[in-house]
Amino acid sequence: MKNKKSFVGNLFSRTYRSRTISFLIIIVGYILIELLLKTGNLSSMFQSLLVPVTCYIVAALGLNLNVGVSGELNLGQAGFMSLGAFMGICVSGALSSAIPNGLIRLVIAIVLGALIASVLGFVIGVPVLKLQGDYLAIVTLAFGEIIKSLINNMYVGIDPNGFQFSFVENKLSLAPGGKMLISGPMGATGTNRIATFSVGVVLILIALVIVYNLIYSRSGRAIQACRDNRIAAESVGIHVANTKMLAFVVSAGLAGAAGALYGLNYSTLIPAKFDFNLSILILVYVVLGGLGNMTGTIISTIVLVLLPELLRGLQDYRMLIYAVILIVMMILSNNEKVKNLLSLLHQKLSFGKTKEAEANE
Amino acid sequence: MAFLSYLINGLSLGSVYAIIALGYTMVYGIAKMLNFAHGDIMMVGAFVAFFALNSFGLPVVVSVILSMLATTCLGVVIERLAYKPLRQASSLSVLITAIGVSYFLQNGAQLLWSSSTKVFPSIIASGSLRLFGGALSISYLTLVTITACIAVMVCLTLFINKTKTGMAMRACSEDKGAATLMGINVNRIISITFAIGSGIAALAAVLLCATYPTLSPTLGSMPGIKAFTAAVFGGIGSIPGAFLGGLMLGVIEILAKAYVSTQLSDAIVFAVLIIVLLIKPTGLLGKKLSEKV
Amino acid sequence: MSEKKTPVLEVRDLGIDFGGLTAVNDFNMDVYEEEIAGLIGPNGAGKTTVFNMLTKVYQPSRGTIHFLGQDTAKMSVVDMNRAGIARTFQNIRLFSNMSVLDNVRIGMHNKITYNELEAVFRLPKYRQQEQAVEEEAMELLKIFDLDKDASLIAGNLPYGAQRRLEIARAMATNPKLLLLDEPAAGMNPQETEDLMKMIRFVRDHFRIAVLLIEHDMRLVMGICERITVLNYGMMLAEGTPAEIQANPQVIKAYLGE
Repeated sequence: MKNKKSFVGNLFSRTYRSRTISFLIIIVGYILIELLLKTGNLSSMFQSLLVPVTCYIVAALGLNLNVGVSGELNLGQAGFMSLGAFMGICVSGALSSAIPNGLIRLVIAIVLGALIASVLGFVIGVPVLKLQGDYLAIVTLAFGEIIKSLINNMYVGIDPNGFQFSFVENKLSLAPGGKMLISGPMGATGTNRIATFSVGVVLILIALVIVYNLIYSRSGRAIQACRDNRIAAESVGIHVANTKMLAFVVSAGLAGAAGALYGLNYSTLIPAKFDFNLSILILVYVVLGGLGNMTGTIISTIVLVLLPELLRGLQDYRMLIYAVILIVMMILSNNEKVKNLLSLLHQKLSFGKTKEAEANE
Repeated sequence: MAFLSYLINGLSLGSVYAIIALGYTMVYGIAKMLNFAHGDIMMVGAFVAFFALNSFGLPVVVSVILSMLATTCLGVVIERLAYKPLRQASSLSVLITAIGVSYFLQNGAQLLWSSSTKVFPSIIASGSLRLFGGALSISYLTLVTITACIAVMVCLTLFINKTKTGMAMRACSEDKGAATLMGINVNRIISITFAIGSGIAALAAVLLCATYPTLSPTLGSMPGIKAFTAAVFGGIGSIPGAFLGGLMLGVIEILAKAYVSTQLSDAIVFAVLIIVLLIKPTGLLGKKLSEKV
Repeated sequence: MSEKKTPVLEVRDLGIDFGGLTAVNDFNMDVYEEEIAGLIGPNGAGKTTVFNMLTKVYQPSRGTIHFLGQDTAKMSVVDMNRAGIARTFQNIRLFSNMSVLDNVRIGMHNKITYNELEAVFRLPKYRQQEQAVEEEAMELLKIFDLDKDASLIAGNLPYGAQRRLEIARAMATNPKLLLLDEPAAGMNPQETEDLMKMIRFVRDHFRIAVLLIEHDMRLVMGICERITVLNYGMMLAEGTPAEIQANPQVIKAYLGE
C-alpha cells in the first residue's frame, strides 16, 4: 500500500476526480442500502452494522489525515472516540426532556463530542507533538489508555440540581427524578438509541468535505510539507508544530464526532470498548486503504468490517482467517511483482487511485 | 517496612516486564520494528509450559526449557514467514503485519486451548524469606523472579559485548548496509535476535504465570503493552534501558496501587511515561536523535 | 561599487561549538543589497555551518547577525525566513512526494491569508488567493524552466531540475537574501552555464542579494562580485574574484604546501 507517492502525485491532476469517487461511493452506497432496507432484504445482522461502519469511517478519515497526510503514527484514536461517545451520551441524557426531538439532540451531541475531543486533542497535542517517530506513537497510546482508565473511574449522574460527578468511587446520591449517565466500569446504561444511519452518512460526507478541502489548501500543503521534510518546511517559514497540531486536532475532532454517534447507537456501552485494540483496528483500516488515500480508507473500512461477518460461516476460524488475510495483504502489497502487476493494471484500466483498494476486495 | 515490601513486589513485577522488554528492545534495535506480537509469543510460552507441567508432568526446569525452545522456534518462524518479506516495506506495513500476527496467535490459542479455564500450577515452593525479625518477608517466588531477571540481563550483556555474534548484532543495529559490507549475514542476525527475544519471553511467561496463575489467550496483551512502554521508557533499542525501564515500571505500578488507587494504577504508569518522555524525548538511556543538515 | 550600497546582512564575530569542538570562530561578513557574494573554502571548512547559523538551524554560540539592520539573536528558522532569508540545501531537501507546483506553492505559505474555515467552505477569498498563488507559482517555474514539469512528482525530477526547483521554492517566499548551498553540485557544464544565467536573472529581476557556497570555481569566479574564503572555521580572505585568485594564502589553503 505504498500509496503516499501515487496519492500525492494525483493531487494536482486528479484533485476533483478522487474526491468525486469518494462522494459517489458514499452516496450510491447509501441509496443501495436504503433500497435494501425498504424492500426488507437486509438481514438484521447487517442492519446492526450500518451505524458502526459510518462511525469507523469517520474516525478512520480523521486518522488518515493524522497518519497518512501528516505522517505521525497515532495509536490513541479510540481515546478520542471514547470521550466523544460519553460526552454525547451525557449531552443526550441531559437534554432528553428539554429537547424531545432525537435528531436535534443527536446533532448537538455530535457537535459537542467533536468539540470536546478537539479541545482534548489540542491539550494532548502540545506535549505529544514535541516528540518524534515511535516515541510520539507510544505517547498517543499512553494517552489513549489514560483516557480509558479515567472514564472507567468516572461516575456521572443528573438530577434536578444538575450534573453530579464522582471519581473512583460512586458517591453519588441523586435527588428523586435523577438518573445515572455513566457508572464507572459499567459505563452507560439505558441510553436512548437515537443514532441513525442517515446521520452517519451525512457525517461521513461532512468529514470528507473537511478533510479534502483542508488537504487542497494552504494548511493541507503545509501538513504534507512537514511530513516530507521538516527542516525544509521550516526554512520556507512554516511553523511545524502548529501545522502538525492542526492535523492532530481535526483528527481528534472527527474521532469525537464518530464516538458520539457510536455511543448513541447502543443502549449500553462500557468504557473498555474503546481500548488499544480499537485504535489499532482503525489504524488497520487506514493503512490497508492507503496512507493519504481517503477513498481507500472508506473501501477498506467497509470491507474489513464486513469481512468477519462474511466469514461467519467459518465460525471459530473466522478471526484466524481474518488475521491471515491481514498478513497476506500486507505482504502482497509490498511485493515488487504484485506492485508491478498493479501498476500495469492501473495503466490498462486507468482506474486512478482506487486501484489498491480494488485489489483489496 | 510496608514501603520496602511494596518496593520488592514492584521489583518482582518489574523483573517480568524487564525480561519481556528486553525482547522488545532487541528486536527493535536490530530490525527497527515494533513487534506487537511479542506479548502473544509470551502467551504461547505460558501455555506450552502449562501443558508440559500439567499434562505431561515434566519437571519444572525441563518444562521451562521446553517452553523456551517452543517460543524460540515460533519467533524464528514468524520472522521468516511474516516479517522477512517486508524488509523493504514502510514501518507501518510491518506494524500492521505484527498486529496480524498478534491476532493470529491469540485466536489460534483460543481455538486450540481455551475450552476450559486453566490455572497455572505453583512451581516454586511457597515459603518466604523472613528478614528483620519477620517484619519483612520476601517470597521465594519473588527472589527467583528477580534473580532470573538479573541473570538474563547479565547473560545478554555478556553475549552482546563479548561474542562475535553479539558484535555482529551491534553492527547491524548501527548500520545494516555497512554490516553487510563487512561480511555479516544480516538475515541470520535478525533471526538470532528474534530467537533470543522470543526465548526469554517464555521465561517471563512462566514467572508471570507463577504470580498470576490464570491462563487465557489474551494474557500476553497487557504485559506486552506494559513491556513496550518499559522499553520506550528506558530508551527503545537500549538493553540496559529496557532493564531499567522494566524495573521502574513495575515499581511505579505497585506503589501506585498501594498508595494511590488500584483502578488508576495503569493511568499513573502511562502518565509517568509521558512525563519522562517530555523531559528525555528518547527515554532514559536512549540515544539522542539528530539530523544532519 | 558595492561600497556605496547598504548591507543587508552584517555578521560579526560569529562562532559555534559542537560539544567542545569549535566549528566556526570569529567569522565576519557583510552582504550588500543586490550583490552576488560567494563563500568558498576547502571541504569541512564550515561553510554550510555558517549557512545553518544564518538561517538559525543552528543557534550560534557567539557573535551577532544583523539582517536588514535588525538583530536576529532571538529569531528561529521560521522567523528568519519570514524576515527575508531563504535558502537551498547541500543535500537537496524537496517535498519529494509532492508535485513540482505544490513545492513552489508551499513556498508561498505566508503570502496566503485565508484561514482554515475559509478553505473548508471554499469561500471567495480562498478561490481568489489560490488562483493568484497558482499563477505566480507558474511564473516562477517558468523562470527556472520547470513550467512543463509542474505536475510531476518533485522526487522524480532529474538532479539538476531538483536543484533549480529548490531555488524556485526559496524564491517563492519573497526573500531579500537568497542563500544557495552548492547550487551547481552534480550539474554538467551546460547546466551550470544555464544556472549562472538564472542566478543573475533572479538577482536583477527580484532585486535581491545572493550568497552562495560553491566548489565550481568557474561559477564562483564567473558570477560572484565579492568572495569570502573560509578555512578551518576562520575567515582566511575577502575580496573580488581577481584578488582572491591572486591571494597566496588562499592558494595555499586549496593546494596545500
